[in-house]
Amino acid sequence: MSIILDKVNYVYSQKTAYEMQALNNINLKIQDGEFIGLVGHTGSGKSTLIQHLNGLLRATSGGIYYNGRDICEEDYDRKELRGKVGLVFQYPEHQLFESTVFADVCFGPKNLGLSSKEAELRAFTALRSAGLEEEYWYRSPFELSGGQKRRAAIAGVLAMKPEVLILDEPTAGLDPKGRDEILDQVAAMHRELNMTIILVSHSMEDVANYVSRMIVMNQGSILFDGTPQEVFRHYRELEAVGLGAPQVTYLMHQLQERGLPVNADAITVEEAKDSILQVLAGKQQRISQENFLKDNEKKL
Amino acid sequence: MIRDITIGQYYPSKSLLHSLDPRVKLMGTLIYVLSLFLFRGPAGLAAVTLGLIALVWLSHVPFRYMVKGLKAIWVILIMTAMFNLFRTPGEPVVSFWIFRITEEGLKSAGFMVVRLSFLILGSSVLTLTTTPNQLTDGLEKALRPLNKIRIPVHEIAMIMSIALRFIPVLIEETDKIMKAQLARGADFESGNLIRRIKAMVPLLVPLFISAFRRANDLALAMEARCYQGGEGRTKMNPLKYTGRDGAAYLVIAGYFTGVILLRILL
Amino acid sequence: MNFIEARKLIFEYIRRDEEGNVEGILTALDGVNLDIKQGEFVAILGHNGSGKSTLAKHLNVLLRAGEGTLWIDGKDAQDEQYLWEIRRSAGMVFQNPDNQMVASVVEEDVAFGPENLGVPSEEIRNRVESSLHSTGMLSYRKHSPNKLSGGQKQRVAIAGVMAMEPKCIVLDEPTAMLDPNGRKEVMNAVERLNREKGITVILITHYMEEVIRAHKVYVMDRGKVVMQGTPREIFSQVDTLKSCRLDVPQITLLAYELRKAGLQVPEGILTGQELVEALCQLY
Repeated sequence: MSIILDKVNYVYSQKTAYEMQALNNINLKIQDGEFIGLVGHTGSGKSTLIQHLNGLLRATSGGIYYNGRDICEEDYDRKELRGKVGLVFQYPEHQLFESTVFADVCFGPKNLGLSSKEAELRAFTALRSAGLEEEYWYRSPFELSGGQKRRAAIAGVLAMKPEVLILDEPTAGLDPKGRDEILDQVAAMHRELNMTIILVSHSMEDVANYVSRMIVMNQGSILFDGTPQEVFRHYRELEAVGLGAPQVTYLMHQLQERGLPVNADAITVEEAKDSILQVLAGKQQRISQENFLKDNEKKL
Repeated sequence: MIRDITIGQYYPSKSLLHSLDPRVKLMGTLIYVLSLFLFRGPAGLAAVTLGLIALVWLSHVPFRYMVKGLKAIWVILIMTAMFNLFRTPGEPVVSFWIFRITEEGLKSAGFMVVRLSFLILGSSVLTLTTTPNQLTDGLEKALRPLNKIRIPVHEIAMIMSIALRFIPVLIEETDKIMKAQLARGADFESGNLIRRIKAMVPLLVPLFISAFRRANDLALAMEARCYQGGEGRTKMNPLKYTGRDGAAYLVIAGYFTGVILLRILL
Repeated sequence: MNFIEARKLIFEYIRRDEEGNVEGILTALDGVNLDIKQGEFVAILGHNGSGKSTLAKHLNVLLRAGEGTLWIDGKDAQDEQYLWEIRRSAGMVFQNPDNQMVASVVEEDVAFGPENLGVPSEEIRNRVESSLHSTGMLSYRKHSPNKLSGGQKQRVAIAGVMAMEPKCIVLDEPTAMLDPNGRKEVMNAVERLNREKGITVILITHYMEEVIRAHKVYVMDRGKVVMQGTPREIFSQVDTLKSCRLDVPQITLLAYELRKAGLQVPEGILTGQELVEALCQLY
């Protein structure tokens, strides 16, 4: 079970004055159960890429294989694909339209042709997984706070029971606590529902904290693909394309330049703290050792 | 299809027509449209055709670009032609089954097609050579006398320019919502008419809500920038007539007199 | 006298049902005091729904407090007659860059404010040029806003306020919808206005990184000002900030954690450079 992109190209407005190559020879393999961070500045092609994964856009050339079948083929059931590969767009709460949250979440499963009982059952589970408290389920979506609306909208996609969940900047516009809550929820879904997650984000800190694989896009091509530690080693190249590394990574590099043997691969506050404490504790030990030796010399 | 309609699209260039005051162009278009419905006979036809050729030539807009505008109305053109062809009484030229084509019918069908297509081409010269903002400014200033009979001319012009500003924004928004609902398995394309109309609800409700939210935001932003209606407002680039605008008015007057004279004399 | 002085501002949103009976009252501002001097760069922090946007709207008299007093540039904001004067001296930039642009051409949008004020045409053209220049958007003057990036649109919006020649500019989460590059562009433009033109800046945000260079920070929670001080003073209280649904920049958090673990790192570290120096001394 996997997604494979084979030499995928996509050209916007072909044969017009606005022609633009949005994807340039993309080769990619996404395994089941991965938690991937997709980063790149605005216009780097990441939105175009994720819309290919659920068949909203069709590649100009190349193949996209979902579980071994090419989704670009004419007879491929794209509607079913959209149930398998769930896509949560930016500001998804702007697409809520039903009179209650619950009815809105039922929209997806009903489109899949499920009975209303089945759809409601799915909505129930999805709202639970998205972490929206039950007291809001039967209210109008427009009475909810920003964070709650977003959870409702995410539940709307979860109710399709996707195997792969793609979230385009799910934390945009939320306050810091709201951001952490949503990301924790996504991590929990990855863990508990065994979903493949692709998180599109502008925040290097968030990517460093959550994902296990990072894909960096620039000008329609994949620039880096690897663990966050590996990718952030290229922080200077990342800066050159308008990105960067988490703040602590810069700090660790600076410390290393000043002669502290800290771990420059640290990308989270926790890792940085551990590494600094270790180095400084080692120093303390060395000092007390030296003092001990000096004392001994004196005694002798 | 929608992309092919050239009416309302500005074609950037530095021609004489582009540099004229929008009020002159509005007046000119009005006169030209009037002349299309006034002319009679071959001499009149020659006059309006010459007029159109002059306009197209002066606008520096490629003619084939303008003709694209006709594509959108070819159905209407054919229907009008048919109607005139078969329903005009007179001396029959050809007749078969229940249809009779008369000489008068041929003539009036021909004239009708000319009138309509010249109308579209002539008015597209206006929109091709005038930016939407110039157009609303021109309308606001030209229609100012209507303020006296309590028609809120400034407000109408403001609404027009805001609409022009937000049309692309809302088109983009529609595309976004549509994609998001497609991702939730929505189907906008299959089924009968009623099903299709029902399928639009998940698109239209968010679109309306978004439009209202934007309207609300915009109203606040305009208020914060001290907008209090047209009273006491100044303009960064107020419309000012120059010598060539006066000359253009003279040409327009001359053309109009010519067409009227042709109609009376011939 | 302070440029802005607020005393015990109270504002309530009253929700009514269809018959007009009061269903609920939400106290969005609950006894807010502010003292802001001319030329200061002040940040107001708070989570969504903390009342910070309501406060911002008061500074532009888009809302009026139910109780309390608010003086802006020596004028009583509660007094109807000063409405337009206050709006002119305290301009406002909103969150959504799209929804605050009126015209379809950049320079015409910037001209909108001064046109409303009845400024003579020649002067408008000068103001439009200089304010587009000061936000680095002069080369886009003939462009359509639809083709600009979010950061560029916000800079046009700032230019639009600058063209009204205000003494103060209130920015209500101007970067919330932007990507990191757009955020940087906007923050640089704002800081330059404050530094070079002496414009009083009131920045409402929940991005902690944007607060570091402010002179003074107010933290709001449930309609109240719960903390105030310099960024250093504010960021040394990591736990209090977290209880207000906020966080601190990664560097500050790391310094705080290291302090907790027993290292002798000074309180309220703001930049990486400071932390590097502190740690090198320990080594």
